[in-house]
Amino acid sequence: MTAASIDTTARNSAERGALARARLLRGLLPALSLALVLIAIAWLNPRAISYFGFSLMLNLAIPIALATIAQMFVIAGNELDLSIGTFVGFVGCVTATWLRDAPLVGVLILLGSIGVYALLGALIQLRNLPSIVVTLGMSFVWQGLAILVLPKPGGKAPDWLLSIMALKPPFVPFPIIAALLIGLIVHFGLMRTSYGVILRGSGGNPAALGRAGWSLVKTKIVLFSLAGLFGVLSGMALIGITTSADANIGNGYTLLAIAGVILGGGEFVGGRVSPIGAVIGALTLALAASPLLTFMHIPPDWQVAANGAILIIVLAARVLISRRER
Amino acid sequence: MSVAEGNADIMRLNGAEKHFGAANTDIVRLDGAEKHFGAVRALGGVDFHVGPGECVGLVGHNGAGKSTLMHMVAGTSVPDSGTIGVHGGIEDNYSVSRAQKLGIRCVFQELSLCPNLSVAENTRINHASLQGFGWRRKAAELIAGKLDEIFPGHGISPWDIVGDLSIGRRQMVEVARAFTVTQDRLDLVILDEPTSSLDSHTAGQLLAFMRRFVAGGKSCILISHVLGEVLRNADRIVVMRDGKVVVTDAATAFDRDRLVTAMGGAEAHRKIAAEAATAKSETNPLRVRARPSGQKDGAELVARAGEVIGLAGLAGHGQTDLLLAIFAAASRPRAGVEVTAPVALVAGDRQSDGIFPQWSISENIGIRSLARLRNGLLISPRREAELAQFWQKKIGIRTPDMNNNIFSLSGGNQQKALFARALGSDAQIVLMDDPMRGVDIGTKLEVYDLVREEARNGRTFLWYTTETEELDNCDHIYVFKNGRIVANLGRDELTEEKIIQSSFGDAA
Repeated sequence: MTAASIDTTARNSAERGALARARLLRGLLPALSLALVLIAIAWLNPRAISYFGFSLMLNLAIPIALATIAQMFVIAGNELDLSIGTFVGFVGCVTATWLRDAPLVGVLILLGSIGVYALLGALIQLRNLPSIVVTLGMSFVWQGLAILVLPKPGGKAPDWLLSIMALKPPFVPFPIIAALLIGLIVHFGLMRTSYGVILRGSGGNPAALGRAGWSLVKTKIVLFSLAGLFGVLSGMALIGITTSADANIGNGYTLLAIAGVILGGGEFVGGRVSPIGAVIGALTLALAASPLLTFMHIPPDWQVAANGAILIIVLAARVLISRRER
Repeated sequence: MSVAEGNADIMRLNGAEKHFGAANTDIVRLDGAEKHFGAVRALGGVDFHVGPGECVGLVGHNGAGKSTLMHMVAGTSVPDSGTIGVHGGIEDNYSVSRAQKLGIRCVFQELSLCPNLSVAENTRINHASLQGFGWRRKAAELIAGKLDEIFPGHGISPWDIVGDLSIGRRQMVEVARAFTVTQDRLDLVILDEPTSSLDSHTAGQLLAFMRRFVAGGKSCILISHVLGEVLRNADRIVVMRDGKVVVTDAATAFDRDRLVTAMGGAEAHRKIAAEAATAKSETNPLRVRARPSGQKDGAELVARAGEVIGLAGLAGHGQTDLLLAIFAAASRPRAGVEVTAPVALVAGDRQSDGIFPQWSISENIGIRSLARLRNGLLISPRREAELAQFWQKKIGIRTPDMNNNIFSLSGGNQQKALFARALGSDAQIVLMDDPMRGVDIGTKLEVYDLVREEARNGRTFLWYTTETEELDNCDHIYVFKNGRIVANLGRDELTEEKIIQSSFGDAA
C-alpha cells in the first residue's frame, strides 16, 4: 500500500516537473521568436542593430503595444474586441483636432469614450451578448465618428504629445524603454495585485468567481474600461508619432492586437494572458512588419503574408509544446 | 412494504425535529423549501436543519435534490418558497456573500477553482480581506498551512498552477480552501462528494479532519454515494428521494440495508448476480483479442460476443490505456490488438471526455450514430429526436425535454445520456472506462440491468471499474498491475481477496 502511494507520488512529481518545463518553454516562446526576428535582422543588415536603427524600426511599436494590451484585457475576460482598431483611429482623429484646439473638450470626449467601453462591458455581461457581435457593430460606429470628426486626412498633434513621443533618452531607444514600462506596469497590475487575480479569475472560471461573491458585471466593466484606456493611449501615441491623423489610420490594429496577444502566449479563453508576453508579441510584429521584410527584398505585396507566416510558425511551435505537455 | 416504512419515517422525522434542539441554536434551518426548474420539481417542501457540533450525512440518488438543497444553504440558489434561517435569525436576502459572512461554506461537486490561477491566487478569491501589500505571501501561508493540517504529505506548492494539478490534488486544494479562515467566522462546511476524486488514503485524512472539526464544535454536511463513509462519519443522516426528505435519524439507527431501502433503489441486487451466472458458450464469435503493450508473457484479453469482461486492479494501472488501444484499433489496425466489430467508448471523466457542453441531450446522444441519422447530406432532426426519445424511455433520463442543454441534467442522468450514446449506436463492443464513478446506486442498478440485457442480445462489454461490487456483473475478470495483466479470473473464482491479492502481489 505505502509502496504504491510512494510510487504514485514519484510519478506525479515527475509529471509535474515535465509540466513546469513545458510551461517555461511556452513562456519563453514569445522572447525566442523576438530574438529570432532580431537575429534575422542583424544577419541581413548588421547596422540596423544600433540606437538609431532600433528607434526607426520600432517607431510604431508603442501604439501597437498599447493596442495589444487593450485587446489583452478584453481577452482576459474571455471576450474579443473587434473594434479596437477603429477605436484607435477615432481617438487619433480626436487627438489631432479637439485635443489640440480645445483640450478640455478633447479630454472629455476621450474620457467619454472610455465610459462607452465600460458600458459595453456591462451590456455584454448583463445581456449575455456575444462580444464579437457587439464590438463588430461598434467598429463601424467608431469609424463613422472618426470620419465625422476628421472627414479628410489632416489635423495636427498637440505639441506636448509630439515632444513626448520624440524623446531621445541616452543609450536605450525610447520605444524600448516605453515597451518595458508598459509591460512591467501592466504585469504588476494584472498579475501581482489582489484585484488582478479576480480579473483573471473571471476568465478562468466565471461561475466559481460569482459563487465566491464577486460581481462579474464589475470585473467585465473594469476589463473593458482598461481596454478603452489603453486604446486611448494607443491612439494618442500613434498621432504623436505620425503628427497628423486619418480616419482609417488604426484599421489594421484590430488584427495586429489580437495577433500580438496570441503571439505573446495568451489564449482566447480561460483567462490565460501575459502582459509582458503581449508587449513582446507586439514588438515582434512591429519589427517583422516592415524593416525585416524590406531588408529581405520581399515586395510589399507579400509582406502581409510573410507576417502571417511568422504567426503561424510561432503558434504551431506552441501547439507542439502543449501537446508534449499532455 | 417500503411505502409503509416511508410513512413511519416521516412520523419519526416530526418527532426528531422536536428532539434536536430549538430553532435558535441551529446554524442553518430551512422550512418548507421548494424549488422548480421549469416543469421539473427539484425540491418539494423540504425542512432541514443543522445544529452546532454535528455532522449531518445527506444521501439520496442523483437527482433526488441534494445538490439543489445545498445550493440553497450555501446561498447560490434561492428557494421559490419557504424560509431560511441562520443562527436563529430569518434571512430575507440570503446570498453567497451573506452565507460567507455567517460562516457557511460549500465545497461544490463541480470544482470551483480557476485553472489559470495558482493555488494561492485561488485562495485569495474566497477571501476579500487578502489584499494590500504582501497578500500573496499571506495567501500562500494560509492555504499551505491548511493543506498541511488536513492532508499531511500532500506535495502541493501554493505556487502550482491549478490547471497543472491532477484532479485529486485539485479536490484537496478545494477542500482545504473551504476550511481557511481570515475575517469571517466559519461554522458550517458543506462537503458535496468530497472523496469522489481522492484515493482512500487522502479520503481517510479528510474524514479524520472532518471529525476533528466537528469535535471542535463546528458542523459539517457530508454528501457521499459511498454509504459506508456516511454511516461511519455522520452523527445524523438525512435521506432524500424525489425532492423530499424521506427519513431523518441518528446515524447509529441506520445500517447499509436500511439506507438503501430508504433511498428507494436496490430492489434485489442479488438478482443481477444470479442472472449474470447464466451459462456462456465458448463458441461465440471472437470480438476482441488484445495484449497490453507492456505485457511480457503471453497473457492476453479475450472477449467474445455476449460477454461482459471486467478489468480490475488499482486505479491507473493500464486499464484505461488498454481500452483506448482497443478503441483506436477499431479504426486503424494495431499490433497486438484484434477487433472484429464496431466499438463505442463510455468515458469515465464525463465532463472532459464525454459531454459536448453546448449541445442538447438529443445531440449528445446522437453524435455516435450520425451515419444512421442522416437524411441525404443533412442530419434529420426527426430521426435524432426519435433516437433520443427511445433511449429516454429505455434508460430513464429524467428531463421534461430532450432538447434541453445536457447540463440541465443531474450528474447521474448525464452519465445515462452517455450510455444511451454508446448503446444507441451500431457498436457491438462497448468499452466502459469506470463510468459509474460518483453515480448513485439507483442509476447504477438500472445500468447494470441494461448491460446484462444488451449482453444477452450479443453485445460485448469491456468494463473497467474501481468498485469491486461491479465485477459481480462480469463473466470474466482480468486484473491489471503496472500496465500488465497479472490475473485472469473466471466468474466462480472471483472474490475481493483474490483481486486485492493480485493487485498488490509481486507479479513479475
